[in-house]
Amino acid sequence: MLRFAVRRIGLMVPTLIGLSLLLFFWVRILPGDPARSLLGQRATPEGIERLNELYGFDQPIWKQYVTYVSALARGDFGQSIDLHEPVLDAFIDKLPTTIEVTFVALLLAVAVGIPLGYYAGRHQGGWLDTAIVSTSLLGVVTPVFFLAILLKYVFADQLGLLPTQGRQDARIDVDHPTNFYVLDGLITGEYAAAWDALQHLILPGLALGTIPLAIVVRITRASVSDVVHEDYVRTAEAKGLYAGTINRRHILRNALLPVVTTIGLQLGLLLSGAVLTETVFALDGIGNYLYDAITVRDYPVLQGFILFIALMYSIINLLVDLSYGLIDPRVRVS
Amino acid sequence: MTVEYVPGQPQSQPQTTIAGHGDRPLLTVTDLSVTFTRRGRAPVHAVDDVSFQIRAGEHVGLVGESGSGKSVTSLAIMGLLPRGGVEVAGSVDFDGQELIGLDTATMRNLRGQELAMVFQDPMTSLNPVITVGRQITEVLKRHRDLDKADARTEAVDLLTKVGIPDPARRVGDYPHQLSGGMRQRVLIAIALACQPRLLIADEPTTALDVTIQAQILELLRELVSGSQTALLMITHDLGVVAGLCDRVHVMYSGRIVESAERRQLFARPRHPYTGGLMASIPRLDQPRGVPLTPIPGSPTDTLPWSQGCAFAPRCPNSEVDCRMHTPALEPADNRALRCFHPLTTDPRSVGATHA
Ligand SMILES: Nc1ncnc2c1ncn2[C@@H]1O[C@H](COP(=O)(O)OP(=O)(O)OP(=O)(O)O)[C@@H](O)[C@H]1O
Ligand code: SF4
Ligand SMILES: [Mg+2]
Repeated sequence: MLRFAVRRIGLMVPTLIGLSLLLFFWVRILPGDPARSLLGQRATPEGIERLNELYGFDQPIWKQYVTYVSALARGDFGQSIDLHEPVLDAFIDKLPTTIEVTFVALLLAVAVGIPLGYYAGRHQGGWLDTAIVSTSLLGVVTPVFFLAILLKYVFADQLGLLPTQGRQDARIDVDHPTNFYVLDGLITGEYAAAWDALQHLILPGLALGTIPLAIVVRITRASVSDVVHEDYVRTAEAKGLYAGTINRRHILRNALLPVVTTIGLQLGLLLSGAVLTETVFALDGIGNYLYDAITVRDYPVLQGFILFIALMYSIINLLVDLSYGLIDPRVRVS
Repeated sequence: MTVEYVPGQPQSQPQTTIAGHGDRPLLTVTDLSVTFTRRGRAPVHAVDDVSFQIRAGEHVGLVGESGSGKSVTSLAIMGLLPRGGVEVAGSVDFDGQELIGLDTATMRNLRGQELAMVFQDPMTSLNPVITVGRQITEVLKRHRDLDKADARTEAVDLLTKVGIPDPARRVGDYPHQLSGGMRQRVLIAIALACQPRLLIADEPTTALDVTIQAQILELLRELVSGSQTALLMITHDLGVVAGLCDRVHVMYSGRIVESAERRQLFARPRHPYTGGLMASIPRLDQPRGVPLTPIPGSPTDTLPWSQGCAFAPRCPNSEVDCRMHTPALEPADNRALRCFHPLTTDPRSVGATHA
C-alpha cells in the first residue's frame, strides 16, 4: 500500500509541471505586451513597469519560467492587480468558507446518497426504489443556480426558517482562530455561534450537494444491484453469514468502488458549483472571489486560482485513488 | 397412477428402517420441484419431482448435461434460490428437519455449519477485496465461536489441509494473488471449515485446467473419505463420479432418469442417456484416435415431460410410444429407471475394435 501511495504521488509531478507550463504560456501568448494585457484597462506606465519588474517580462523566456516556478515554490502566486494583495493571502482567507460549504454538500451526498442508493439497489422495482430513482433524476437535471435561488426563496425569504446570506449572524461577534466558523464555535466553546454558522451552511450545502447526491444515489444503486448477483455473494450466503455481515463486508464494500470514483469526479464539479452558490448566498468564499476576478479580468488572480484549484483537484484525485487502493487490493499491484 | 420408486437405498440391503437409528438417511429429498415463473414468460420446470437420499458419509453423484437442473436442485437444498419468481414444492428433510420453508435464521445457522457448498467457478466465487484468510476466519467465527487468534491458527491449518504451500503467508493474500486451482482449494477449505455433515460440490472442477481438475478431485476424495461428511457431487462428467461416488443419479431435463449404485451403473448402463454419457467418457483402455461418441443433438432438443419422454428427440432407442406416454421412474435390474426401451448392449463396446 505504501509503495502504491508513493508511486501515485510521483505521478502528480508531471501533471503539475504540465499545468504550470500551460498557465505560464497562457499569459505570454496574449497578444501584445504581456504586462499591458495583464493590466488591461488599468495599464499605466508605472503599472507596466512594476509588472515587468515583478515577472521579468523583458528577460529570456526560459529565465522567466524559472523565475515563475521558483516564485511558485516560495508560495508566491502573484499579486492581485485589482486589490493589490497577494493572491495566496486572498486564497487562504477565502478557502475555509468554500471548504465548509463543499464539506456540507459532500456529507449530504455521501451520508444520504449511499444509504438511499443501497436501499434502492436491494429493493429494485419497489415503490420506494421507483420514488428514489425518479427524484434523483430530477436532482441531476436541476441547475445549481436555480435550486439555490429556489431554496433561498422558500426556506429563507418565505418561511424564514433559515438565514438568507453570509456565514454568521451579524449580531454574533466571536473569535475565529481557524476561520472555519463551525469549528471555531466548537473550539472556543461558543456553541450558539457554531449552531448559527451551521444554519448558515444548510441552504448553500443543500443547493451545492443536490447534484452529487443524486448522482451518488444512482451510481450506488446500479453498483449494488450488480454486486448482489456476484458469485462471491452467493458464497457468503452459503457460509451462513448474518445478513448484516454479507451486506457490509461482501456487498457494500465491493459496490463502493465505482461510488468512490464518482465522488472524486463530483468534487471537481463542486468547485465550479461553489461559484454560483456563493454568489446567491453572499458567501465570501473562493467562488465569489473568482467571480469578481473574472468580471474585472484580474489575470494574476485567475492564474493563481486556476493553479490552486488544479492543485486541489490533483490532491483530491490522489485521495480518491488512495482510498480506492485501500478498498480494492487489485488496484495496488497494477 | 404409478407409485414412483424412491431411489437412494441400495437394493442389495433389506430396508429395515427402525425409526431414528444408524441407517436413517441424513438427507431425504422427496418430490422436489422447482419452477421459475417470470412475468410474461412460460414457467420453467427446472427440477421436476426429484427424489433421492444421502446417508452420513455417503458419496452421491448427480450427473447430467448443462441445464438438466443439477445446480437448481442443490441451491434448493441449500435454500439459496432467488427469493422472487420461483416456486419450490416437495420436501428436503435434513436429519429430521424440513428445509423447505425453514425460517431464514435457522437456515443461516445450518448453512456453512451443517451444510456446505463448493461452487463451479473459483475465479469469481471469492470476494476480491478481502484476504482469503478473512474469508475463512469469518465462517469459523460465525459458527464455531473462535476468537481472532484461534480462528487464524485454524485458517492456517485448513489451508495446510487443502494443500496450499506456505499457508501462514497465504492467509494474507487476496484472491487475485492465487491461481484458479489455489482458489478452489481455499473454497474447499471454507466449505469444510466447520466439518459439515453434507458437502455439496457443484461442478468444482469444470472451470479448471485438466491437470488441476484431477488434483482437486483427489483432494476432495481425500478430505471426505473416511469422514462422516456426506458428499453430493454434481457434475456433467460420469468419469468424475466413477472414482468417487457410491451412488449415482442421472438427471435429464429436470428429472432423474436412472439411479443406481455406482458399480451396477458402470457395469451395465440401462438408460440410453446414461449410455450416451458413458460413451463420451475418454477411456484409457481404448487406443488414441478412437473418436468419442457424443450424444447427438443438444440438451435443448427436449420434449416437455408432460408429452412423453424428454429424451426422445435424441434417443437412439426411441419408438412411437416414447412420444405419447411419459415413462415413470420404476425399479428394474438393481436400479431405478425411467425408460420404455432400455439398453440391452453396452454402448461403449460399439465401434471399439481394439485388441
Ligand atoms: N434464476 C433462474 N431463472 C430462470 N430460470 C433458471 C434460473 N436458474 C436456472 N434456470 C433454468 O433452470 C434450468 C436448470 O438449470 P441448472 O442451472 O440447474 O442446470 P445445471 O444442470 O446446473 O446445468 P450446468 O451444467 O449448466 O450448470 C435451466 O433450464 C435454466 O435455464
Ligand atoms: S423412453 Fe424412449 S425415448 Fe425415452 S429414453 Fe427410453 S427409449 Fe429413449
Ligand atoms: Mg450448474
